[in-house]
Amino acid sequence: MNDAQTSPLFPHRHLLGIKGLSAQDIELLLDRADSAVAISRKSEKKTSSLRGRTQINLFFEASTRTQSSFELAGKRLGADVMNMSVASSSVKKGETLIDTAMTLNAMRPDILVIRHSSAGAAALLAQKVGCSVVNAGDGAHEHPTQALLDALTIRREKGKIARLTVSICGDILHSRVARSNILLLNAMGARVRVVAPSTLLPVGIEQMGVEVFRDMARGLKGADVVMMLRLQRERMAGSFVPSIREYFRHFGLDAEKLKAAKDDALVMHPGPMNRGVEIASEIADGPQSVIEKQVEMGVALRMAVMEALLDPRRNETGGNA
Amino acid sequence: MTSTVFKNARIVDPSRGLDETGSVIVADQTIVTSGASAHNQGVPDGAKVFDCKGKALIPGLVDSRVFIGEPGGEHRETIASASHAAAAGGVTSLIMMPDTDPVIDDVALVEFVLRTARETALVNIFPAAAITKSLAGQELTEIGLLQHAGAVAFTDGRQTIANSLLMRRALTYARDFGAIIAHETLDPDLASSGVMNEGLFASWLGLPGIPREAEVIPLERDLLLARLTGGAYHAAKISTAIAADTIARAKNDGANVTAGISINHLSLNEIDVGEYRTFFRLSPPLRAEEDRLAMVEAVRDGTVDIIVSSHDPQDVDTKRLPFADAADGAIGLETLLAAGLRLFHNGDLPLLRLIELLSTAPAKLFSLPGGTLKPGAPADLAIVDLDEPWVVSEADIRSRSKNTCFEGSRMQGKVLQTMVGGRTVFAS
Repeated sequence: MNDAQTSPLFPHRHLLGIKGLSAQDIELLLDRADSAVAISRKSEKKTSSLRGRTQINLFFEASTRTQSSFELAGKRLGADVMNMSVASSSVKKGETLIDTAMTLNAMRPDILVIRHSSAGAAALLAQKVGCSVVNAGDGAHEHPTQALLDALTIRREKGKIARLTVSICGDILHSRVARSNILLLNAMGARVRVVAPSTLLPVGIEQMGVEVFRDMARGLKGADVVMMLRLQRERMAGSFVPSIREYFRHFGLDAEKLKAAKDDALVMHPGPMNRGVEIASEIADGPQSVIEKQVEMGVALRMAVMEALLDPRRNETGGNA
Repeated sequence: MTSTVFKNARIVDPSRGLDETGSVIVADQTIVTSGASAHNQGVPDGAKVFDCKGKALIPGLVDSRVFIGEPGGEHRETIASASHAAAAGGVTSLIMMPDTDPVIDDVALVEFVLRTARETALVNIFPAAAITKSLAGQELTEIGLLQHAGAVAFTDGRQTIANSLLMRRALTYARDFGAIIAHETLDPDLASSGVMNEGLFASWLGLPGIPREAEVIPLERDLLLARLTGGAYHAAKISTAIAADTIARAKNDGANVTAGISINHLSLNEIDVGEYRTFFRLSPPLRAEEDRLAMVEAVRDGTVDIIVSSHDPQDVDTKRLPFADAADGAIGLETLLAAGLRLFHNGDLPLLRLIELLSTAPAKLFSLPGGTLKPGAPADLAIVDLDEPWVVSEADIRSRSKNTCFEGSRMQGKVLQTMVGGRTVFAS
């Protein structure tokens, strides 16, 4: 990328979460991602900045979207990309994590991208391997590249993040996307709201740097960005909410509820969407939706992250920080 | 007859409210005399004289909640290895939990433990037997026969008995034998998949939390049943301020109720979990600092009767996992006294009260010999330098498992010598 040599050095070896990143770190990644967007839009999409580097995608939870986004990002940077989908059915979850990590480590990869159902799995892996680790989602903890790509989308659409009002709606309790976004948006000076039924809010949410709403009309009022979260169907079985129909009535985003937000409010969703559960199709496909753009930004942002972590200047300056 | 005289010792004996400089004279397996005036009786002929140089001499600790892997999990801990760890920590008697494989729910298993202890252990090992067969919470064990065989208490170990009727029967039936029902309480539905204290800290980590109420709801039930039946009930490991209030109320009502707490819950809080440190995954979970302070207050005011290590050896297979997948528990026999002494050094507890909680009170509660330096008592004692600084290091741990919460911690106070039944089982 053009500014790769002039861009400041990213001061972290791993990307395990938004926690621990400064506003400057985030800006740096977003700036680099802007250049990556340009590359991705050219007909010749390949660069060579990660040529000869090996990237392993280690997905303990199936996620076609995130995995292919990371794969594409690595390939556009010229890396050799290997996908490891770990059958979680045969072995007890987690039991193989360290073993798998040690095996992969012996193959001397440069970067490991991990998705796991347990919070802290990426951090655990990072302690055991010699390469950079990117957290592609660990339990209900963090999903940093999602929050960064959301920020990139917002910044490109709105020209800024600071002082925007962002309403995050839905299953906050189980959402790593929500946690990473709350951290990132606060670091960048946005006003963050969460909107959800109380059963889907974590204990202590009031102290997490957000304004809490249990009502969409009030939670969306005057919002610049409406960020919807996926509601997993198994939440009904856990009695978090009684039914899809009731949930959609109160918390599903439809034209009526969206009216409360600003006219030019962005509608976002990390995907995959449950149409008719948390979002109506007319909104998902409507003019305010930037959901497809988020997917495009995802590839660019992940290119920026991996390139920043594997910055060759790091070796020149005496190894990993 | 072999005799030993420990002179110039700071004798700390809560059973007599004694904290004075003097001598302790041991003949064979028994304490002959102890106190400031012990020397007046003269030194027995041929006695070895040991100058304690003002170091503390305390009754050996009695740790009433120790999990051991034998039988079934010998790679984690054997009765022998646990006894070595105990000896190094100044623990001269311990009660072993029935959570073994097979479960100690049968006379033959009690006999196995006692025989193995006799043959291999350095300290006194007393088995607790299960309340219900296989710890399944369904059918009572043979409480009478088990007690006769040597079980000193009844507990389902890590398990909470969900069935209220069964708990009532257990308390009622055990009462006829004067047996104590010791219970850890955790409502399994309310705790659900929780792995640490519920609160802001768990929320940021994305870990499911265990509310304090999960401990107290079954505890309240048990205390009501203890009042109803008159049975002897011991809340084995409480961790919350509301549990302490509940216990205090039951005691006030005259219920036959006692309570214990693990040293971990007096020393640590949820912040120690840090970034998913599985050695700090305990049951009950480490709570907030307010709870820890309330627990310190509860041991000070007598609401809580005893302190335990809750020694629970786990190996890398069960701990080197993502936090939510790891096992609960931490070892503690070797650090029980040193961690307890922190409470003394920072002024939370007087020394006599601390040793009472660690030795005299548990011995009395479970009717075990020891916990005292009175003449005629077994010579179970420890000599302790109350001030010697040291750092806990995995390399020095005698337990087969290394899952300590205190790795790298600075301690003040070290066991110099441990004697069980007149025999020196540890000397540094």
